Amino acid sequence: MLDSALQFLGDHPLVLATVKILVIFSVLSGVLAYIVYLERKVLAFMQARLGPMRVGPWGILQAIADPLKLILKEDIIPSGADKTLFLIAPVISVAAAFTVFAAIPFGDKDIVIHGVNLGLPLISNINIGILFILAVSSLGIYGIILGGWASNSHYPLLGALRSAAQLVSYEVAGGMAIIGVLLISHSMSLVDIVERQQSMGVWNVFLQPVGFFIYLVAAIAETNRSPFDLPEAESELTAGFHTEYSGFRFSLFFMAEYTSMVLVSCIAVTLFWGGWLRPFQGVASLDFLKFTPVVVFLAAAVAIVLGARKNQVPMEKLVLFAIAAGCVLLAAALAYPLVTSAIQGIFWFSVKVFVFLYAFIWYRGTFPRYRYDQLMNLGWRVMIPLGLANVIATAAVCYVLQPHPAATMLGMLSR
Amino acid sequence: MPEMTYLDADELVINMGPQHPATHGVLRVKLKLDGERVMGTECIIGYLHRGVEKIAENRTYLQFAPYVDRMDYVAAVTNGMGYCEAVEKLLGVELPERAQYTRMILAELQRIASHLLWLGTHALDLGAMTPVFYTFREREEILKIFENYCGARLTTHAFRIGGLQYDLYERFEKDVIKFCDYFPKMVDEYETLLTTNRIWMERTKGVGVLTAADAIALAVSGPVLRGSGVKWDLRKAQPYEAYDKVEFEVPVGECGDTYDRYLVRIKEMRQSVRIIRQCVERIAPGPIFGKVGKVIKPPAGEIYHSIEAPKGELGYFVVSDGTTHPYRVRVRPPSFVNLQALDIMSRGHLIADIVAIIGTIDIVLGEVDR
Repeated sequence: MLDSALQFLGDHPLVLATVKILVIFSVLSGVLAYIVYLERKVLAFMQARLGPMRVGPWGILQAIADPLKLILKEDIIPSGADKTLFLIAPVISVAAAFTVFAAIPFGDKDIVIHGVNLGLPLISNINIGILFILAVSSLGIYGIILGGWASNSHYPLLGALRSAAQLVSYEVAGGMAIIGVLLISHSMSLVDIVERQQSMGVWNVFLQPVGFFIYLVAAIAETNRSPFDLPEAESELTAGFHTEYSGFRFSLFFMAEYTSMVLVSCIAVTLFWGGWLRPFQGVASLDFLKFTPVVVFLAAAVAIVLGARKNQVPMEKLVLFAIAAGCVLLAAALAYPLVTSAIQGIFWFSVKVFVFLYAFIWYRGTFPRYRYDQLMNLGWRVMIPLGLANVIATAAVCYVLQPHPAATMLGMLSR
Repeated sequence: MPEMTYLDADELVINMGPQHPATHGVLRVKLKLDGERVMGTECIIGYLHRGVEKIAENRTYLQFAPYVDRMDYVAAVTNGMGYCEAVEKLLGVELPERAQYTRMILAELQRIASHLLWLGTHALDLGAMTPVFYTFREREEILKIFENYCGARLTTHAFRIGGLQYDLYERFEKDVIKFCDYFPKMVDEYETLLTTNRIWMERTKGVGVLTAADAIALAVSGPVLRGSGVKWDLRKAQPYEAYDKVEFEVPVGECGDTYDRYLVRIKEMRQSVRIIRQCVERIAPGPIFGKVGKVIKPPAGEIYHSIEAPKGELGYFVVSDGTTHPYRVRVRPPSFVNLQALDIMSRGHLIADIVAIIGTIDIVLGEVDR
């Protein structure tokens, strides 16, 4: 039964892609809910408080309670609003953010189950992956502008305009940063870019530190995160473009913001931090690093058990012990060499993305907010010239090191 | 109906408040805008008017004392201190030393608490959300001391005319010294987050500049005045209680911008700790009440007495007609006078700066409207 189903998937690429989409979408949705939880917890610990503690042990079910509450709320449409656009705007935002994940490669090994090859853990290996990502993720801005405009209210409109200006300016700088990577990698396919980093034996961030810095700043600005969270500057514009939204539509905007946070982290990891590659892959003496997943899950289990001992509520204790047992089982499964090697790529990719997400939360806990004109000055007078200089310098170095850069450029386009 | 409506395209009027997260209460500011640039502001106050001064005329001197706590409700101790001192001056009562030092310790703790609240909300207005939790953590320690001393945390009614209602509790000195030991480290922590933070500096340097001449002309006082470089502190200029017996410095700013006022307040918190330490050293057992009768009946006459409240000069003008009720009490609240500077400070800045400027003036609407 299972074998024939797998065989069917292997034979029908369209069905396989649909299944992959469903898997990635559902995993991503779950991850998003828990990123919100993570943000609330991490910020709380940075700010000398506890964060969510009520729903479930340590508030771990808060991530489920919040979306549930939002779905059940009334969906209010302001009387003066442009109804169609108002309803459609959040959908545009969230759809654009999710679509981009079609091109993100999560690992290197083909998924092979019962002898059937299901291909790489990515939905579609597009040879111009980067262009696709830039193009589609820019569509999200339509949701913000339309949402702000359709609300028929001053504050959302101001917030939307700010957002639009900010996103457009920082997309230029972010694009410049990416060009540097493309020049080194000779390819626009994300899989090729990562493989190139493997064959060079060095991650792009060490060849393009300036580029990475620019990309990081642009990424924060594009996701409207602190310190560039002007569109939703609470103290000035109440909530920015989504002031008039409520219920599930509000949560769609919310999801779009967090999805693009994950997205820019994924892109940064793929372009600059070696994607799914394990650190020190070429160093034989550090080969024991491949057991990191096992160790991490075991450590998580131990930490949960230690924490759960003090818990007074028997039910919560049970839940926590169950989670710990799950971690132990996972660790045990990962201890098999075959499973370890299959999961390595996805594991390291997730770890790197997590580091980025943590950094995003960290910035929010640390920085004040830029003023609008300062933000624009930074974008146009610092980031874009710096990005241009970076592109020119990279191109010059590539020209010196390679005799026929024009040929490689042409080759890159025709690939 | 007028035949034509005329739209002035150059000027956009926006109402900020009275319900707005960054106006620190029910202040309403009418902004005249050119794009996002502010051409002028007009403050509309009175949303929190409770007629405190009128109430005073229908209460005895003692009965009115709790009302003053409700003006600057984040610095109730200093409010009460100013009122008690004014009436004492009218009565001609000398306070015993123990009462004086107790008042100074509590008033300086209150100054720190008020500045902490200001720092947290000011930073929050500028988008830094973490300092507010840190400052409230330390403010909590001060409120605990207040609670142990008189049972209340905010509207303390800590003093009585002629002295103190309660003597110090047993562990008071220990608690205060413990706070003084750990608090400066916490101030260092706030400074790590803000003082040299590039974004913080860009948001505050050169924003809301108030020249010394303007500051004096507008009669602003407190940290707003000192931020402009005028060394004027009533604790030094006309010492009350025992401020002439303790050593402390009066920090001043240089160019009178928001950053300078921030630094002045940070330094003031450190100076307050210094004052508290000296007071705790000198405090000795003794009486806590001066010579006042059971019924407070000042001789006919009038008095103006002012003290250095956390936000500036807090003055009480009390007129007595020789009865048990004051004939008139007029309050000179620092926030009300300082708020006048908003227009001069905010001209030519952007909307986002208005938030910073309202924050840096440090107003409490309960005191502005009374």
